[in-house]
Amino acid sequence: MIQLNVNGRVHSVDAEPSTPLLWVLREQLGLTGTKYGCGVAQCGSCSVHIDGEITRSCVIPVSAVGNRRVTTIEGVSADASHPVQKAWLELDVPQCGYCQSGQIMAAVALLRAKPRPTDRDIDEAMTNICRCGTYQRIRAAVHMAAGNAKGRGSVFKVVGEAPDTRSLAEAPADGTRDA
Amino acid sequence: MKIRTPRAERAFDTRKSTGTPASASRRRFVVGTTAAAGGGLALGFALPGTIRDASGQAAAQAVPEINAWVVVRPDDTVAIRVVRSEMGQGTHTGLAQLVAEELQCDWSKVTLEPVSAARNLARKRIWGDMSTGGSRGIRTSHDYIRRGGAAARLMLVQAAAAQWQVPVSELTAENSVVRHAASGRSARYGELAAAAAKLTPPDPKSIVLKSPRDWKVAGKPMRRLDTAPKLDGSKLYSIDVNLPGMLNAAVRQCPVYGGKLVSFDAARISAMPGVKGAVRVNDTTVAVVADTWWRAKTALDALPITWDEGPNAKVTSKSIDAHLRTGLTSGDAFADTDYGDAAKAIAGATRRIEAVYSTPYLSHATMEPMVCTARITADRGEIWTSTQNQELAISALSQTSGLPLSQCEVHNYDLGGGFGRRVTVPDYIRQSVLIARQFPGTPVKLIWSREEDQTHDYFRPISMCRLEGGLDEKGNLVGLHIRVSGQSINAALNPAAIKDGKDVRQLQGLWKEPGDAQIGYTVPNMRIEYAMRNTHVPPGPWRGVNTTQNGIYLECFMDELARAARRDPLEFRRALMQKHPKHLGVLNAVAEAAGWGKPLPRGVHRGIAQFMGYASYSAAVAEVSVSAKREVKVHRLVLATDCGHQVNPDQIAAQVEGSVAYGLSAAYFGECTVDAGRIQELNFHTYRVMRMAEFPKVETVIAPTWDFWGGVGEPTICVTAPAVMNAIAAAIGRPVRNLPLKNEGFTFG
Repeated sequence: MIQLNVNGRVHSVDAEPSTPLLWVLREQLGLTGTKYGCGVAQCGSCSVHIDGEITRSCVIPVSAVGNRRVTTIEGVSADASHPVQKAWLELDVPQCGYCQSGQIMAAVALLRAKPRPTDRDIDEAMTNICRCGTYQRIRAAVHMAAGNAKGRGSVFKVVGEAPDTRSLAEAPADGTRDA
Repeated sequence: MKIRTPRAERAFDTRKSTGTPASASRRRFVVGTTAAAGGGLALGFALPGTIRDASGQAAAQAVPEINAWVVVRPDDTVAIRVVRSEMGQGTHTGLAQLVAEELQCDWSKVTLEPVSAARNLARKRIWGDMSTGGSRGIRTSHDYIRRGGAAARLMLVQAAAAQWQVPVSELTAENSVVRHAASGRSARYGELAAAAAKLTPPDPKSIVLKSPRDWKVAGKPMRRLDTAPKLDGSKLYSIDVNLPGMLNAAVRQCPVYGGKLVSFDAARISAMPGVKGAVRVNDTTVAVVADTWWRAKTALDALPITWDEGPNAKVTSKSIDAHLRTGLTSGDAFADTDYGDAAKAIAGATRRIEAVYSTPYLSHATMEPMVCTARITADRGEIWTSTQNQELAISALSQTSGLPLSQCEVHNYDLGGGFGRRVTVPDYIRQSVLIARQFPGTPVKLIWSREEDQTHDYFRPISMCRLEGGLDEKGNLVGLHIRVSGQSINAALNPAAIKDGKDVRQLQGLWKEPGDAQIGYTVPNMRIEYAMRNTHVPPGPWRGVNTTQNGIYLECFMDELARAARRDPLEFRRALMQKHPKHLGVLNAVAEAAGWGKPLPRGVHRGIAQFMGYASYSAAVAEVSVSAKREVKVHRLVLATDCGHQVNPDQIAAQVEGSVAYGLSAAYFGECTVDAGRIQELNFHTYRVMRMAEFPKVETVIAPTWDFWGGVGEPTICVTAPAVMNAIAAAIGRPVRNLPLKNEGFTFG
C-alpha cells in the first residue's frame, strides 16, 4: 500500500509503484478531472500540483510522490471560486473542455509564481495543448485572474443588421439557397 | 438546383433522390440506412418537431412535455431537448437559443436535456437527424426546432386563454409569463405547462417565425450553458465512465493497415497484476482486459503478438507520393467543371503560370482518445461513449452485438474533441462491443492509447494539385486549369456516393454549383478535374474536409497569378468575382477590417484568401513577418464569415479561433508520414500541434446576409493556411507549395 496525500486527504493506494500518478488519481481515487491526453508529458491534460509545483502526472510514478502534497483540479477550490476558475467562467473559455483542467492547473501555478504575468510569461508557462483552440481566451482569462483584464479574449464584430422579415418560414432549412 | 453536401458521414441520409435536402418540417421521408444499419432497417419518420406522437405521451413523465422539444417544470425551469452532439462547438447553446427565442422564455431558466438514440428511434425519430458533422447542427435544424419552440409558446398562451376565458389575441407571452393586459392577469409558464401539455399542437406550417431583427436571445452573445462543470473537474467524459464491476481494456491493432493478427501469447501476461485475459477482438486487433486500464496497457505492452503485415508493409510516403504524381497528368481524371477551352486559352496566353502543390495525411488528434464502454447481456446491449452520430453508434452496437435496435442503448457523453473523427466510422465502438461480448454482463471500458489513436485514425486524405493559368497582355486571367490528384474519402467509406466513377467530393470548394462550396471565381475558360489515387491508409472527414486542401491550392495559386500579373492580390481576385457577390462581400469585409493597403511596419507582409464551404463564405487577411532565419511570426489574423444567420457571435468567434488553431497547426507542423506501411508519428512530440506561444492575435468579422443558413464550425478553416502562406510568399518573394511548412525550414513564434 502506498500513502498519498491528495487535496488535503491521505489515501492508501493499492498500485504498483511504477504506476503513473495520473492513473492512480483516476482509477484508484476516482478523481477523473485530471485527464489522460498523451502519456508522455507533451499535452498537459494531466497537470496537477505537487507541493505547489506544476507537474505532468502521466509520467511521474506514484512511488516518486512520497509524502508531498498533490493538488488536483478538484482541490483548487471548494466551490469553483478560485480567481482563475472565475475568470474562465466569465470569459467562457472552454470549448470541449477536455484540456481545461490542465490549463487551469497551469494558470494557477503561473499566477502563484508571477502574480502579474506578461504575455511572454504566459507563452512560456502555458504550454498545454488545446485542440479546440481556446488560447486567446485562456490568455485573456489569465490576465483577468491577475486583476489585469485586457478585454474578453475573443475580438469580434457583427457587421450589417438583420432585415425585417415577417417570417423566415420560406427560407430553405438547409442553408443552401443560391448565392 | 444540385446540392453537394458531403454525406459519407451520415448514417441516415435524408436526401431524396434529387439530392436536395428538403425542409424536414414539410415532408415525410423514408430513411435508407446504408451501411450503418446492415439489418435492412428502414424507418419512416414524421417531421421532427411539433407533432406529438403517442408513444412519447405514453411515457409517463413527472412533468409532461409540451412537445418533443420543450418541457416546462412547475418552477419555470425549461428543459430544451437537444439531439446534436456537443464537442465544444457550442451547438447545444445555439440550438437552445433558437428554441428559447420562439418560446419567449426566461433564458436564465433554460437547461439542456440530451436525447438518446434509442429514445429517438422509439419515438419514430421525432427529433430528426442526430448526426453532428458537416457543420450541420444548426443550419439543417433551425427551422423545425424554432417551430417547436413557437408551438410550445402558442400552447402555453392557449392554455391561459382557456383558463381566463379570453381570446388568444388579447394575450402576450414574454420572459416565461403570459399576460392579459386588459384584466391585469398573468401566469407563469410553470403554472400553465400541465394544461398546455394536454392541448392539440398547432399545425407547424401555420406558425409564423420571428424576424431575426426582433431576436432577443438568438443572435446575442449568450453565455454557454455548459461551461461550469468544465472548470472544477466535475464534468464526466466517456473516459471517466465508472460502472460497478467494470473492467478496462487496452487494444493493439495491426500497425500496417490491411495486415492481420496471427497470434498472441496470452500465457505470458496472465500472471501480471489485475489481468483478466488477452482476447482476439477481430482479424486485426488484440485486447488485454484488466481491472484497471493502466494494468491492461502495461500487460498489452508485454504481450508477444505476431502480425501478418501483408503486402502494404512495403508502402512508404515516397511510394505514395509517386502514386499521386501520376494523377497530375494522367488520362483517367474526370472534369467536374469544364467551360470554354482552358487548355487552348492557356496555350495561347501571353504568360503561362504552372504550379504543383501538396498536402499530407493528417490525424485528428482529439484531446480525448477513442473510448467506449460496453455491457452486453443476452437481451440488452448498452454503450457509454462519445460519438458525433448516436444513430450510427446504435447501429454499430446492434450489428456487432447481434441484438435488435430495440434492445440497445447509447449513453452519449459530450466529446473531448470530435473534428470528424467520431462521425463516420464507429471502429472503437465495434471493438468495445466485441470485447464486452467475451465478458457477458460485465461492463468493459476500452480506451485507446494516444499512440493507437494517432496511428489508427481515418486521416485527412493525402492529395496534390497541379494548377495552370494563362494571363493576357494586360494581366487578366483568361484560362485556369486545376487538377487534383489524391485519395478519395468516399471510395473508402461511402462508395455509393461515387456516381459513374466520378467522386466530386474531393473537389469540395471548387464546385460550380452555388449554395454549398462553390468556387468564387469566374474565368473565361476553366477546367477542374480530379484523378483518384487511393492508398491503403484509411481516409476520413477532418474538420473542413476537402476545403482545407483545395482552399490552399486555389488561393495560393491566385496569389501566384496576381504576382505574375503584377496586380494587387485583392484587386486581382475582385476582378474575377463579379458574378459571386457573397464571396466578394465577405472578401471586402475582411479587407476593410484588416485595413488592406494601409502601410505596415517594416518587414511585415499581408496575405489574403477567400473560399467557401458548408454553405458559408469565408475570407482572411494575415499579417506576417519572416526573419532571415525563417522564423515566421503571424502578428494579426483577421477572418470574416458570412454564415447567413448568426445565432451567437461569441461562439462564432470561438469557432473561428478554433479553426485558426486547427488550420495553422496543420499548415505549420501537421503531417502523418508512412514508412514500412505504418504511420510514423506516434504522439505529440512528433505530431506537433500549435500551442499558446504560436497562436496569433485573431479578430473575427461576422458579416451575415440573412437570406440563408450556413455552417460555423468548419468553414473558416480553409482560409487560415492560405492567408498565412500568401503572406509568407510576399515576405520571402516566392511561393511555398508543400505542407507542412516546417519541412521548408520554417519555425514559428
